[in-house]
Amino acid sequence: MEISKDLVAASSTPIVLAILAEGDSYGYAILQRVRELSGGRLEWTDGMLYPVLHRLGRLGYVESRWEVAETGRRRKYYRITSEGQTQLEENRRQWQAVDATLRGIWRAVSVSIPVGEPVWGAPSVGAV
Amino acid sequence: MTAPDHAAALEQQIDQWRSYLLRRQAIHSVDVVELEDHLREQIALLVDAGLSTDEAFLVAVKRMGDLDALSREFAREHSDRLWKQLVVVGTDPGERGSGARTDTIVAIALAVAAAAFVKVPALFGLDLDGDTSFYARNAGLFVLPLLTGYFVWKRRLRASTALWLAAAFVAAAVFANVYPFASGGSTEALTALHLPIALWLAVGVAYAGGRWRQVAGRMDFIRFSGELFIYYVLIALGGGVLLAFMMMIFQAIGIDLEPVFQSWLLPCGAAGGLVVAAWLVEAKQSVIENMAPVLTRLFTPLFAAMLLIFLGTVLWTGRGVDIERQVLIAFDLLLVVVLGLLLYSVSARDQSAPPGLFDVVQVVLVVSALAADAIALWAIAARITEFGFTPNRVAALGENVVLLVNLAWSALLYIRFLRKRGSFAAIERWQTEYVHVYAVWAAVVVLVFPPLFAYI
Repeated sequence: MEISKDLVAASSTPIVLAILAEGDSYGYAILQRVRELSGGRLEWTDGMLYPVLHRLGRLGYVESRWEVAETGRRRKYYRITSEGQTQLEENRRQWQAVDATLRGIWRAVSVSIPVGEPVWGAPSVGAV
Repeated sequence: MTAPDHAAALEQQIDQWRSYLLRRQAIHSVDVVELEDHLREQIALLVDAGLSTDEAFLVAVKRMGDLDALSREFAREHSDRLWKQLVVVGTDPGERGSGARTDTIVAIALAVAAAAFVKVPALFGLDLDGDTSFYARNAGLFVLPLLTGYFVWKRRLRASTALWLAAAFVAAAVFANVYPFASGGSTEALTALHLPIALWLAVGVAYAGGRWRQVAGRMDFIRFSGELFIYYVLIALGGGVLLAFMMMIFQAIGIDLEPVFQSWLLPCGAAGGLVVAAWLVEAKQSVIENMAPVLTRLFTPLFAAMLLIFLGTVLWTGRGVDIERQVLIAFDLLLVVVLGLLLYSVSARDQSAPPGLFDVVQVVLVVSALAADAIALWAIAARITEFGFTPNRVAALGENVVLLVNLAWSALLYIRFLRKRGSFAAIERWQTEYVHVYAVWAAVVVLVFPPLFAYI
């Protein structure tokens, strides 16, 4: 099952901010964490993460620094700022509202939809 | 293949991928470093999982996503990057920054030195108001040696070449100052005008840095000259605005800056500005890189149309060219402009591209300029004996011939190219070879004319 582009785009900010709230990280590790959390159901095109990170940087939600990784290569680490934390809280409330709304509706219509596998694709998205 | 072979092949693939990314304007080199780190980590993981390096590379690149789409995303996020920035010291961290910084320091030091040089003669009692002719004759010598020095340093020229260049400047300084010019005479003015042109060749040799004998090296110098001219005009415009404000606000507090302006700001600024302009062209080759060709594209058709209308009017009305004092100069300048248009479209043209509409317009421009010039020359030749040979007239006539020969032969080569009988490289070679002729002619005017016309 593939999650639609719009949904991926809309959820990218809270997901990235939440992963960074767990601790400072860098691009590749963030993507790995996304795969892990979504059980591989949330597939991002790798490169697209970076414009997102840069946008969050511009908005002041994350800050970055260069470090030398154990591989000897230079690596850019990102850290969530306090503004980012606030934004994450705000995002979380919004997603919970959406989630609650949908849950209500799913319950109401669940009788009429034959569900093979849970349509509810990425619980992690909503839970952030 | 052995493991090291695989590693080398992988490095090569990554190199290619990186240079491909670097070509995107919206993706800066820091971003490429970040993306490359990602790519390498992905590859390492896939190799650990049992893939060959080739396969791992392909999968990792594929996962990175379509580069066009990625570049678009970057452009959306960093739309400012599509406007190339004039940052002199690169923003990317690393070793390239320090080189640029040294370059900046040297260039600014030389610009300050050029500005100071202009004021050195004043220490010996030669001031700008009283000894205008001295400054006019030596104008090129204040700045061009420093500009040449900058390129000698930058290109790490051999000592022997540097010595030759120094000798050329010393010789120029001697000839500009030992001739007993009649005060305010024509030969003196001609020397003042032609010495910088002759010395520009020395700048070119330094600029090309050992590539002067190659067509590409001289072509780069032609490009450099055009860009330098544009930068210099821009700097002069900006400087003019700055000075105008300075005069105005100081006037408001009752201080008249006029004397300082004339004896300090203007000459020193003009000298230092040239070095700064040269350094900017060097440092920022890519910022306004396409300015000269863009202007050429814009004005070639307009000039061609103007000349065609002029020729049409001459034919229609049957008016002869009126031989006024300025006429020859005007036609010389016209040829210079046409030559400039030709040179910069040649310098920017893709050599291997087939002839197109623009090439036809180019030929029309050159041929109509030749025709207009021929009309003027005809009128002058018919009456030259009546006017006599003054140094100014001979110089202007000589220039006209030099330019005419260049343009005529260029037109021929161009037509051959259009008819697919010749290559575009032939035009380029001709133009770059001809650079010497201007310098030689200018040197002749400086060296031979004064004694020939008894220093009048």
